[in-house]
Amino acid sequence: MEYTKEVMEHFVNPHNVGELENANAVGEVGNAKCGDIMRMSMYIEDGIIKDIRFKTFGCGAAIATSSVATDLVKGKTLEEALMVTNKQVIDMLGGLPDVKIHCSVLAEEAIHAAISNYCETTGIELPGLKKHCDGCCECCKGEE
Amino acid sequence: MKGQIYFDHAATTAVKPEVIAKMLPYFAVDYANPSSVYSISRTARHAVEESRETIAQCIGADKDEIYFTSGGTEADNWAIRGSAYANKNKGNHIITTEFEHHAVLHTCKQLEKEGFEVTYIKPDSEGIIHTSDIEKAITDKTILITIMFANNEIGTIQPIYEIGKLAKEKGILFHTDAVQAVGAVPINVKEMNIDMLSMSAHKFYGPKGIGALYVRKGVRPQVFMQGGAQEKNRRAGTENVPGIVGFAAALFDACMHTEENALKLGQMRDYLITEVMNKIPYVKLNGHISKRLPNNANFSFEFIEGEALLLSLDLEGIAASSGSACTSGSLDPSHVLLSIGLPHEIAHGSLRITLGDDNTYYQIDYLVEKLITIVDRLRKMSPLYHEN
Ligand SMILES: Cc1ncc(COP(=O)(O)O)c(C=O)c1O
Repeated sequence: MEYTKEVMEHFVNPHNVGELENANAVGEVGNAKCGDIMRMSMYIEDGIIKDIRFKTFGCGAAIATSSVATDLVKGKTLEEALMVTNKQVIDMLGGLPDVKIHCSVLAEEAIHAAISNYCETTGIELPGLKKHCDGCCECCKGEE
Repeated sequence: MKGQIYFDHAATTAVKPEVIAKMLPYFAVDYANPSSVYSISRTARHAVEESRETIAQCIGADKDEIYFTSGGTEADNWAIRGSAYANKNKGNHIITTEFEHHAVLHTCKQLEKEGFEVTYIKPDSEGIIHTSDIEKAITDKTILITIMFANNEIGTIQPIYEIGKLAKEKGILFHTDAVQAVGAVPINVKEMNIDMLSMSAHKFYGPKGIGALYVRKGVRPQVFMQGGAQEKNRRAGTENVPGIVGFAAALFDACMHTEENALKLGQMRDYLITEVMNKIPYVKLNGHISKRLPNNANFSFEFIEGEALLLSLDLEGIAASSGSACTSGSLDPSHVLLSIGLPHEIAHGSLRITLGDDNTYYQIDYLVEKLITIVDRLRKMSPLYHEN
């Protein structure tokens, strides 16, 4: 199994790492059993993701997909952010090994989880929100 | 592998130049088929038989008890399947452990599908199998006990002498996968009451794709590889002459220096363990502290994942291994680490360092220095880690 140059770049120098102090949207998906946990914190204002940080426990691909996903949604409206797919994450990374596709799914889910958290606390309703990881690893396998 | 620091000697080793030199003539000069009748095949035949003698001596066996195979995997398959089917009329029960190499584990799983029953003994939290647990598992249907000599991930050495004694008392065949132990620790198949033992040359600076099964006189596992009359009709196929010669040369060298190597590697390994445990917080040593192969250290770093650790080490020119799921291509971390009771998240964060001839204290210092930074960086990225 080999990673692309893009994956390695994001793994070595990931963007938006950490935890936002003033976050008003936080989502965590995955579980330690499978070896991947992603946590995203966002600061949302006027329906726009003004800032975002991630923390990830996981392999190289999990860290790289988290990094790309935060890049993809930063500055976007919530509606736009919800349209970001794992396929886009994979494309930005110049491809992922088959066994790592689930990492990109998890990254997409992490965005949805954070926005979902925002919607719950603010009472906003948004179409296109997906349910996030229920701890069933097999469910993510092979999704593209 | 220029410029690489290699800490993965349990995976494989470089073939020693002296070993290569001994192998070379058998590729294009003395290349004759050892089974042929003409005089030039005698050199090859002689080389094979001399090698067999050397290998036998190294483990306290007789020359005619050594059967060459394509490696450890084939030796394991043959010993287990062959014994199961050869003794089917006596019973259908096999005893093994949860943390065998897949060559043993998958063979046993397959035999279960074919109607055999297998008991998988759980090691204790330090990675040691208790002979009393084996004794409890024995039934009047038990035909084979197969327990690895030393574990390939955590390096723990099993009470082979005791298990051999028990098997002999009960009249049950005893096979041991000694792929990791041969050449690293002293082995005497007679004293240890071992009926069958698997070995593989590439683990002790010999070539890949050559190994052997020791089969005690009188023990007859069913023939596994059908074909020509090689290996006294018990394992067909033209002998891998250069491989066999390299196998014997490498094993002879390892056996002549077992004690000295064990001492040297053991001290270096203990230094590594002390350094890592003292300089990095939230780290656990997996496997018994002293009942382990002299070259093996296996750590779990909490809050981080093993593949990310390996990738980071690789970027610094360091080659090592991990039991994380991500490195195995499956969703579960190593069955070995789970068998000793590690929770999934700790098993995912494991790092196996296996030392060898080419390693130096300078390299260990470099590894520890890099580990400190890498572990810290990955922890700062981890949602499981909370600094305080
Ligand atoms: C304990 C153990 N058994 C069996 C094997 C398989 O040996 P080989 O690679 O020669 O087939 C290995 C090595 O990978 C091993 O470590």
